[in-house]
Amino acid sequence: MADLVTNKILIATTSLAGCFGCHMSFLDIDERFFTLCEHVVFDRSPFTDIKHCGEHVDVGLIEGGLCNAENVATLREFRRHVKILVAVGACAINGGIPAMRNHIPLKECLEESYLQAIGIDSPQIPNDPELPLLLDRVRPIHEVVKVDYFLPGCPPSAEVFWTFLMDLLAARQPQLPEAQIHYD
Amino acid sequence: MLCEIVDHHGGEATSLLQVLIDVQMRFRCVPAGVMTFLAEILHLPRTQIQAVVEFYSFLSVTSTGRFDVRFSDSVTDQLLGSRDLATRLCQRLGVKLGETRADDAVSVHLTSCTGLSDQGPAALVNGQVLTRLDGDRIVQMADFIDQEIDLDAWPKAWFRVEDQVQLEGLLLAEELPLGACLERAGTLDAVGIISEIDRSGLRGRGGAGFKTAVKWRFCYEGAEGTLPGDPSITRYVVCNADEGEPGTFKDRVLLSRNAHDVFEGMTVCARAIGALRGFLYLRGEYRYLLDTLLKVLEARRSRGLLGRNILGVEGFDFNIEIHLGAGAYICGEESALIESLEGKPGHPRNRPPYPVTHGYLGQPTVVNNVETFVAAARIMAFGADWFLSEGTAQSTGTKMLSVSGDCERPGIYEVPFGTPVSVVMHRCGADDPMGVQVGGPSGTFIGKAEFERILGFEDLSTGGSMMVFSQARDVVAIARGFTHFFAHESCGFCTPCRVGTSLLRQLIDKIAEGHGTPHDLVEMTQLAAIVKNASHCGLGQTAANPLMQTLERFPERYQERLKTTLFEPGFDLDGALEVSRQMTGRADANAHLTQVG
Repeated sequence: MADLVTNKILIATTSLAGCFGCHMSFLDIDERFFTLCEHVVFDRSPFTDIKHCGEHVDVGLIEGGLCNAENVATLREFRRHVKILVAVGACAINGGIPAMRNHIPLKECLEESYLQAIGIDSPQIPNDPELPLLLDRVRPIHEVVKVDYFLPGCPPSAEVFWTFLMDLLAARQPQLPEAQIHYD
Repeated sequence: MLCEIVDHHGGEATSLLQVLIDVQMRFRCVPAGVMTFLAEILHLPRTQIQAVVEFYSFLSVTSTGRFDVRFSDSVTDQLLGSRDLATRLCQRLGVKLGETRADDAVSVHLTSCTGLSDQGPAALVNGQVLTRLDGDRIVQMADFIDQEIDLDAWPKAWFRVEDQVQLEGLLLAEELPLGACLERAGTLDAVGIISEIDRSGLRGRGGAGFKTAVKWRFCYEGAEGTLPGDPSITRYVVCNADEGEPGTFKDRVLLSRNAHDVFEGMTVCARAIGALRGFLYLRGEYRYLLDTLLKVLEARRSRGLLGRNILGVEGFDFNIEIHLGAGAYICGEESALIESLEGKPGHPRNRPPYPVTHGYLGQPTVVNNVETFVAAARIMAFGADWFLSEGTAQSTGTKMLSVSGDCERPGIYEVPFGTPVSVVMHRCGADDPMGVQVGGPSGTFIGKAEFERILGFEDLSTGGSMMVFSQARDVVAIARGFTHFFAHESCGFCTPCRVGTSLLRQLIDKIAEGHGTPHDLVEMTQLAAIVKNASHCGLGQTAANPLMQTLERFPERYQERLKTTLFEPGFDLDGALEVSRQMTGRADANAHLTQVG
């Protein structure tokens, strides 16, 4: 549902187990951001610092995969509130770099980081209830919620964001030209 | 000792796989030091040797047990309880499936179909075949292994392999007098032989059905720019005995009771195309046939049926060597088979150029199935008209079927092409089956309504595997098993197949375990199309067949397993936090996740 006052499209974005590189690449649309903002309003997003999704959001862009319980909760909040959910970049789609830990059992990862590594002063596994618990494996987001679109790339280029959003705004089925998803 | 092995196989780089198979037998693994040594004396990059060791499932870097047991994991073995037997053996021996026991005494694995579907559950132990396993045998077997009793002292009956020919047709009924076809071939030139084969309409028996005479002619003519039959060009004949399609075992039977015919057919082909050297590529699972086959070759040499001036015909020279495979389904694909013959990992080649012009070592090569050579030998001896007396216009002659699964009389049935499936079902005593997998997992699954369809290249093309499933069987579980098979056997060369088959496996697991939603079924269908259209070779192109064909015929069996929710994860989400909970000792609300939310 578009913004009732301005009649603009509502977009929310977040980074889960990602590096914010996809967000940076989004910003690389440069001055076209002004054009975009003539048509859209940002809801929950690092751009706005709004902490939770509004009741009805049109498009949700998710960067990063799922490495902990909080990621899952955030992703589910997006799925509940947005109409069109988009997996943005390699980590959201495949798990990406964070998923490299999947080759090592979580127990060994935590023990190495907090108990055994050289220079650790008072070895203990952090257990403050405020800290999100780690999942045993890093997962791509489509394994936990239904995802409507995937924007490949590490990161997807600014052109990919632009093409995709312009297609959506024009009510066209988004289609990325081969040059934008061709990497070698 | 290593030098001995290398010398025994001729010391060429192309013999690498054969050397490694012997090394594996001797050391129960291929030690790192051996790889380095072989790299030096065979003048190969060490990485290439490692690639070969890692590619073939019968070769390993880590040590297998002194008793290495591999249970055949074909769906037909599973129906007979093989998985349960494997688990029981592991429990009795205190070893984990897929691992070697700490004392190195035993390792237990699952392996793809061993070609004994009509007398399963089957297994291999140190390369020897065990048939008709049951609970009692497993108990005894565990004792034998624990007491380290030599295989020679195990009951002979356990190793008995039966031919189980239930119905003889043109090929099997009549005995081929030794040398009869070569005598005729010796009087003909290339054109004469090829035109007789051409007149018979013989098509490849491996399943694809390419016209045999055309293949031989292309090979005889050679690559573009060369003269037909140019004697300065080296040509090869290869017999594909890598019978890996689950549920097929007719080549095993032919190699057991008609080995002479197979070699006779290869020799006829050699005469036609002008080859001096031939290979029988024998799948590793059939290693137990090796000694007998070598004796048959020796007998043929001493009778003048192989070697120089065969049957006294000047210039009719031909020899056959046997190469072993080492557990790789993909090597049944002809270009992958040739790669394997050259001692490399069995990755399918880009085609064209086809093996008929650029095959073994880049030379013109004919690769035909075992049954094709047997048929060719008989056509030579009895004439094309004899062959044309059965079959249909497009599919002449007969087809040997390997029937297994839920029927009273599993075994070999040789029927004329054009026979409806219903006739075979009646013959084998399959009363009211739910469906039949024709041509193995890469073939066609047909339901009861289609039993009047005929076997032949014009309708149901088949390499011969027919797995029968009763009404009591779960069609989703069957398709799931085949999907796992393809994911396991994907050679990993191209991404659509390597990744696609794994994703298909994950999706069908999710659906079969009750976590699927209508969305997953749509995903699966879309993914199936990508894997089919984008894969490099036939494996990927057919890997989604079991899922798509059973979905088309039994949609309700899939639907009834689906959740009505929008989406559900295919794994236990809360369980994924268990390790963290234990390590932090937390039990608060944030330390848990609901499955759907």
